Amino acid sequence: MSGIQSFGVCIPRLRMLRKTIAAAVGWVNSSLESAHGERSICNWDEDSLTMAVEAARSALPSYSSRESVRTVMLASTTLPFADRSNATVLASALSLRESILAMDVTGAQRSATSALSQALASTGDGHTLIAAADRRLARPGSDQESSYGHGGAAVVVSAEPGVAELIARHHRAADFVDHHRLTDSPFDYTLEERWVREAGWQSLVPETLHALLAEAKVEAKDITHLVIDAAPTLGRKIASLVGIGEAAIIDNLAAQCGQTGAGHPLILLASALERAKAGELVLLVGFGQGVDALLFRTTSKIGSHHAARSVAATLADRREETEYTRFLSHCGVLLVEFGMRAERDSRTAQTVAWRRHEDVYTFTGGRCTHCGTVQFPRARVCVAPSCRQMGEQEPIALAEETARIKTFTEDWLAFSPRPPLVYGNVTFGSGGNAFIEFADFAPGEAKVNDEVRFVFRLKDVDRTRGFRRYFWKAAPVRSAAVRS
Amino acid sequence: MASGIRDKVVILGMGCARFGERWDCGADDLMLEAFREATLDAGIKRDQLEAAWLGVFYDEQSVSKSALSLAMTLRLPQIPVSRVENLCATGTEALRSAAYAVASGACDIALAMGVEKLKDTGFSGLPERTKGTFEDLWQPGFTPPGAFAQLGAAYAARHGIAIDELRRAMAHVSVKSHANALHAPKAHLRKAITPEQVLSAPMIAWPLGMLDCCGVSDGAACAIVTTPEMAKSLGRRDAVTIKAMQLVASNGYELSHADWDGAYTPTTRQAAARAYAEAGVKDPVREVSIMEVHDCFSVTELVLMEDLGFSAEGRAPFDILDGRFDRDGRNPCQTDGGLKCFGHPVGASGLRMVYEVYNQLLGRAGDRQLPSPGLGLTHNLGGIPNRNISSVSLFGLKAL
Repeated sequence: MSGIQSFGVCIPRLRMLRKTIAAAVGWVNSSLESAHGERSICNWDEDSLTMAVEAARSALPSYSSRESVRTVMLASTTLPFADRSNATVLASALSLRESILAMDVTGAQRSATSALSQALASTGDGHTLIAAADRRLARPGSDQESSYGHGGAAVVVSAEPGVAELIARHHRAADFVDHHRLTDSPFDYTLEERWVREAGWQSLVPETLHALLAEAKVEAKDITHLVIDAAPTLGRKIASLVGIGEAAIIDNLAAQCGQTGAGHPLILLASALERAKAGELVLLVGFGQGVDALLFRTTSKIGSHHAARSVAATLADRREETEYTRFLSHCGVLLVEFGMRAERDSRTAQTVAWRRHEDVYTFTGGRCTHCGTVQFPRARVCVAPSCRQMGEQEPIALAEETARIKTFTEDWLAFSPRPPLVYGNVTFGSGGNAFIEFADFAPGEAKVNDEVRFVFRLKDVDRTRGFRRYFWKAAPVRSAAVRS
Repeated sequence: MASGIRDKVVILGMGCARFGERWDCGADDLMLEAFREATLDAGIKRDQLEAAWLGVFYDEQSVSKSALSLAMTLRLPQIPVSRVENLCATGTEALRSAAYAVASGACDIALAMGVEKLKDTGFSGLPERTKGTFEDLWQPGFTPPGAFAQLGAAYAARHGIAIDELRRAMAHVSVKSHANALHAPKAHLRKAITPEQVLSAPMIAWPLGMLDCCGVSDGAACAIVTTPEMAKSLGRRDAVTIKAMQLVASNGYELSHADWDGAYTPTTRQAAARAYAEAGVKDPVREVSIMEVHDCFSVTELVLMEDLGFSAEGRAPFDILDGRFDRDGRNPCQTDGGLKCFGHPVGASGLRMVYEVYNQLLGRAGDRQLPSPGLGLTHNLGGIPNRNISSVSLFGLKAL
């Protein structure tokens, strides 16, 4: 039967302590005072699409590992574009073949588990990538502001059993409105927690799981890992209602990153699979106007799976955001004065963006077919002084290369939603220079000769026309260093 | 090989508007201010001009496209008038165009005007602009200080010098230019500063602080050029002639090739070598008495001292601190305050540099006059270190 081939996660590096939020807006909501741990937050240039790209890169670290992908599903309730295929941008960033089927899956918190289920049920030739991420906003002072996080995950499936074989799946559609958000509304409207818990979760989830287990002829007590995106007390309650042992419940990572939205069940699934041994039963639950339940059995290959970064390593790669107002600004909730330089018109010439989409989205440079010199951007005439060969250069994908900082600056004059704008010149491992923006470097952090990797990020936001353009940026390589 | 334009073109007259935040002036006022001075200096009338070139960079800020603004403002006598633009080397391009026209015999008397009205943006620093439809998709949203700041980290890494030590030498560059500008009545920033002030100024783009950056100014400068024969017929005995004008444009090497280490400007080195050859200069340290270089930022001037051959590799910080480029040093640099203090109205800067060299060579530099200067150099660097236009020109006094 079909199964999971690989998986990876993305948790943005920035974290905000819940006590920081409480200190700023605890005055309006005293329950914030008791919140502990931290939540993940997107940098200004991260969104659901960039996190999905990063998670997918972790699941499919090499270009060769991506060659067999035939279908891409991007699941999220906060896709940047309502009408422009976000999944197609994801596919471009990953340098996937042009003949793939790319689709966005949205509309509920269980978008990702639904997409995963559908992908497992319809495997044909090749692999299907399911990437999921959310960057949900929350009103300042709300419980959600503190409890939510930003993040995403990616799972690759195929007709092969892979590392975890699908045993059974069961679905329940129920228009149980625990929360809702209109298409054009920035924030969730959330109903009373006890009602949601008791009339929703504790009723719908056990029903679905009982049906699944009966169908699969599996005893509840044999479930080794219960992947449920619920608070510990609720998780324990559901486990006991179904007959699953408490020890099977996977930590919901509330303390480390918060509830990250549609992708969160897949982050928890990755966390479960990382600790699972061969032959164990993993039960994945998705909740949101119904329930998705998927039962997997890990195979002997489970021990050999290595994402580019483990969940633990991703969580460990953190930097505290101490400025609450900067977080609000990144969320677009607080309109900070960025000065007249922010008025710069970031209109995108779509004709050029399409003509050069490989350069920009796939980060493709050129390698001279005569002398081998790598150059970005790809040029018609080789840049090497001793060569100057004319004609087509061989494309070279640069996104997965590392590079070294040749020189850089921290520019406090340039417009950036998070000053200073850090940028510089970097030299690729294969040669070639890029004059490029940096991402995730704190002031004083960059050093000449530091190793960098590249991340797909927002480059500019065109507020006049409602467009966002993306490009690759040089980021500290630390996340790969904490791979252990 | 071409013989070049050495001594084929004479500067008949020059003018320069007062640089600064000219809230009361438009580009037309500035051009007229410079033009009046130049025609008086040249002793010619407007109708004797046979061709003119206008250099302006941010056309969208003030004068719009084409050179019509020059023709209409000066009411030029229905002659060919063209606009040229080559980033911060624009003023030099206007002069190069006029000089080539005269040297070729296409006309006897030509005007080169450079102007920029920068202070109509409503904010400090240079105006924001698109970098090109493709470039905007990938190039950093850089500012000029940030783009030139790249020289700092790269220079420090290449020569193993601590950034703090480098910044001390950079501070001296600014202190020296401020001291010089005190004696330049038309300069924008006329106030002495100390190294401590430079080092403690707010950071703009690391390692450049506010006082490492040049002034953003309104201004205009112009030159009227002619042939030696025409100058003689107009009664001139000694005249400033163009000894060399060389210009090099980046071909993408600095932007895309791994070999460039970011610590020097290859275009300047190439332009300097050609200019020295054209003018017959063997040893610039001994032969060049005065230079006006493109000190948009302190670190730029520092790096240029090596690129132009005035300092050995890695020695510029020490030569600077030794006072080599001070007004009383061996190779005085920016005697009028340079871009740093005289100001940097982009399209006018190249001609403003020539204006200072011209006045020094003619002994008209007032309080800041150098004792009998022989050969003067101007250097313009347009763009940013990653992609730039570099020009090196040489001027001398010649008996006609």
